[in-house]
Amino acid sequence: MIADVLAQAADFVRPAIDWHALAPELVLIVGINLVLASDLLLAETKKWVTASLTGFVLLGAAIPLVTLGVNSDDARSLFDGRYVVDDFSLILKALFLLAAYVIVLMSQNELEEGGYYQGEYYVLLLCSVLGMVMMTSSRDLVSVFIALELLSIPAYMLAAWRKRDGRSNEAGVKYYLLGVFASGVLLYGMSLLYGATSSTRLVDIGAALADGDLNGLEIIAVAFVVAGFAFKVSAVPFHTWAPDTYEGAPTPVTAFLSVSSKAAGFVALILVIFLAFPTADGVYGPLVWVLAALTMTIGNVVALRQTNIVRMLAYSSVSQGGFILMPLAFVNSGDAAESVMKAVVVYLLVYAFTNLGAFSVVIAVARKTRSGKISSFGGLFSYSPALAVLMTIFLASLAGIPPLGGWIAKFNAFRAVLDADTGSAYAMAAIAAVNTAIAAAYYLRIMRTIWVDDVPDGDTTPIVTPPPIGAALAICGVGTLVLGVLPGIVMRFADIDDLAGNIFTK
Amino acid sequence: MIETITDNSWLLTVATFAPLVGVLLLLFAPKDDEKLIKGIGILTAAATFGLGIAVLFAFDHDQAGKLQFFADAKWIEFIHSNYTIGLDGISLPLFVLSSFITFVVMIYTWDNMPDAGNPKPFIALMLILQVGMAGTFMAQDLILFFVFFEVVLLPMYFLIGVWGGERRQYASLKFFLYTMFGSALMLVAFVALFVRTGSESFSMLWLAEHGGLIGDNVQIWIFAGMFVGFAVKVPMFPFHTWLPDAHTQAPTQGSVILAAILLKLGTYGFVRIAIPTLPEGAKAFAPVIGILAVVGIVYGALCCLAQTDMKRLIAFSSVSHMGFTMLGISTLTTFGINAAMFGMVAHGLITGMLFFLCGSIKHRYHTYEIKNLKGMLISMPKLGWILGFCAMASLGLPGLAGFWGEFPAILSAYNPLEEADLSKALFRSLMVIAALGTVFAAAYLLWLYQRTAFGTPDGYVVDDGHGHGHDDDDDHGHAPAGTVLPHAVGAGVNDDPAVHAHAADEHGDGHDDLHDVTPIEWLAWLPLLGLIVVLGVYPQLLFKIFDPAVEGVTQHLRNYFTP
Repeated sequence: MIADVLAQAADFVRPAIDWHALAPELVLIVGINLVLASDLLLAETKKWVTASLTGFVLLGAAIPLVTLGVNSDDARSLFDGRYVVDDFSLILKALFLLAAYVIVLMSQNELEEGGYYQGEYYVLLLCSVLGMVMMTSSRDLVSVFIALELLSIPAYMLAAWRKRDGRSNEAGVKYYLLGVFASGVLLYGMSLLYGATSSTRLVDIGAALADGDLNGLEIIAVAFVVAGFAFKVSAVPFHTWAPDTYEGAPTPVTAFLSVSSKAAGFVALILVIFLAFPTADGVYGPLVWVLAALTMTIGNVVALRQTNIVRMLAYSSVSQGGFILMPLAFVNSGDAAESVMKAVVVYLLVYAFTNLGAFSVVIAVARKTRSGKISSFGGLFSYSPALAVLMTIFLASLAGIPPLGGWIAKFNAFRAVLDADTGSAYAMAAIAAVNTAIAAAYYLRIMRTIWVDDVPDGDTTPIVTPPPIGAALAICGVGTLVLGVLPGIVMRFADIDDLAGNIFTK
Repeated sequence: MIETITDNSWLLTVATFAPLVGVLLLLFAPKDDEKLIKGIGILTAAATFGLGIAVLFAFDHDQAGKLQFFADAKWIEFIHSNYTIGLDGISLPLFVLSSFITFVVMIYTWDNMPDAGNPKPFIALMLILQVGMAGTFMAQDLILFFVFFEVVLLPMYFLIGVWGGERRQYASLKFFLYTMFGSALMLVAFVALFVRTGSESFSMLWLAEHGGLIGDNVQIWIFAGMFVGFAVKVPMFPFHTWLPDAHTQAPTQGSVILAAILLKLGTYGFVRIAIPTLPEGAKAFAPVIGILAVVGIVYGALCCLAQTDMKRLIAFSSVSHMGFTMLGISTLTTFGINAAMFGMVAHGLITGMLFFLCGSIKHRYHTYEIKNLKGMLISMPKLGWILGFCAMASLGLPGLAGFWGEFPAILSAYNPLEEADLSKALFRSLMVIAALGTVFAAAYLLWLYQRTAFGTPDGYVVDDGHGHGHDDDDDHGHAPAGTVLPHAVGAGVNDDPAVHAHAADEHGDGHDDLHDVTPIEWLAWLPLLGLIVVLGVYPQLLFKIFDPAVEGVTQHLRNYFTP
């Protein structure tokens, strides 16, 4: 029998591999091993090197992105169209690498001062980023699922990183149990999908589903897959893990989960909805509509009542997720498809800069106040005006106030929905408009605390921001401002023709 | 289609964004050097105003109906939104007014920094505010308009929230949420308009040509969305409740800018965007706007009569005055909209001035309570006379600016736009009620004047050591004020000369604090007072700028409604 296998192996012809297209992933894989090895060799006092090394790995992985972006005018398709490198995946890979870079900057001091396991932390972080980078190119159920697990499993461990802290353990366990459950639901849906269409390639599934009306099996399969991803993007009612996990996990990990991990979930959702379910909008349309409406409304209403800043940001990120989800309900209505795609991608980019920035400020302030209460931000303006102004910018961007990034994200989402031009689209837009006003209330409350309230303990020594966090703040601040004033620079990357067109023509 | 002239378009951009230079300079100014910071503020505002004047003179007044300084640069290509700017007769006066008001407010700030202190962010926020206001008036692209419209929000929120009165937090949040809610719906309306016209362009010129082609019912729905957005800002009757709180709690500078410019963003939006773009919507909403405007006139006036707080009274008078403006707009006629435009400028000058006076009165008496302000003509004759002058201007005395906003607006309701087939009976009834509203206006303003300026000063808060320009002296001033209160009230009630003399004697040294108008105040106020007279005597100065542009708008409507 072994001989048979060997005989087959001998017949195996390696498919042509476009090494250039795979370069970012390869750099990451090499980097993971480097960081792991260096952690073994470094003395305890020199562990900080791993952080710098991780940063370089992430930047190194970004270099091929630039060359790919400059080089190729159309998408590169690998492995029989199951792995595609196009503008869409390039911009999102860049997003994940940059976000991870900012998170490394945010983590550095926290890990050094907390005496946590630095080497392992960065290795797991890089593994998770690798999963995300792969997700953007996956065009096959199997690779989507593998990417999803690769990005999730390290994240479970990262959430429980402060292992002597009960709440961090709770965060990890909750995230793990619900995440695994979601994976189960997703995998079940995928297996049904495979059973019904006899292919794992997304475009083939799309073609098979388009053939005649959907039968019961296919409907269940579509619903399960969407529900599985809904866990990942913490859409209501699958959001219950998010606040506890966000609050308990170390703050940089929270930022990572709420930005990168969530964005990866949306990427997967875009892929299946655009490629595999082009005709199943009768199933996922209403489902996503309800999820989006519930997510933005409940996320907002609960956020209004929070007193802990991280928890508030957690609920705010749930509600922002609703805004990202909203246009996806209308992919097949009217001529909305292209604007939906752009809306989601731009929203993810803007949201990443803004939310990472907000978390960076939280980390910087918490280093002094040692508290997570919103009231601990009182009078921040009087003793650390720079941090106060930055936090104001980030919060205003989250609230969607021009000329900051958040407004163009919200605007695009509205535009995509209205492009659909149906009754349910207008209803959705009205719900979202009301939610925009509700959300402004809690963002403004924090701004008010920062600008107006007194310093709670009277301690007005200025906050010393360590250089890495300062760098993270600078990246996020510039990103938030530039995307708001000149959103055109990222809009052109989300081109729907490349995502689907090239594969269809093959 | 409105013609465009592209000469000197750079001037408009420079004049709009100039205040940002001041903001940058402020970033590097030392925090403690108040004089330097205020100096930067005044100089920047002066430069901006100078540029505004340059725009005014570069503007070709013989072609006021055309869009001048027109520029159209690519901005966000994906959504077909361009950096399209330009000024015509409708927007030019408001554009210049905004830089003018910011300039006088800056001068006023030299001596009258709100008690919360910290001038650096205060002045930086006012400069950013100026960019937002000027930008709103020059934008000729809906998205650009929306961006500037929203840029105004946050600085004003902080001006009220940080430097405001006791209930500033409540007031600022209310202000923000109301406006945010309105503008969210407005944005949805903008995008719906964009999609319904074929997703081609956000340019106002383009949309004015194609908006009318949308089906009637859809036009009405889109108009409804814009209506909420603009009506909150104006504010019109059911949406006005944020205004008294915001005005009362805002620092003087905030109130002046709010009254003089921010409220105009709403009315300007109606004239510039909603009405030309959606004629059918305008026709359907004209009676609604007319009725709400008149309700606002009467309701605002009645509320004024019930106020005991001078600043709140003036805030409610804004609701009433903006009612006249909206009534003029609702007729859709050249006459009515001209009156409304004039009313906007006049209200800006007069009510802005009244809020300045409120600020100065608060500065001296530490209260807005009307009953404590007796005898201003005796204790501070100049301030008293200025108050009288402004009250007369505000109630619409012929010969002062207020008259030309109010009277033609009422008259215009006699004949609403013929072609739009509006109910004459309705508008003529509205005209009668609005005319009665002016009687109320006279009543509350004269009564206010009687209660504040006439009579003999009863010594309330005379003791408050609050000299001219001595903001630092604040600390020792407030405690004695409290102890004076029972005496003062006693004196006021029984009006016994002996008791009165006693009270005055006991706190006699304080008379110095009720100093009359200071040089800085003169400097800030004289231009406003002068303009009120000049525009009152020679309104043609403004009308001739407005008229060609307004005529363009109504001509567009007439063409649309004439089959």
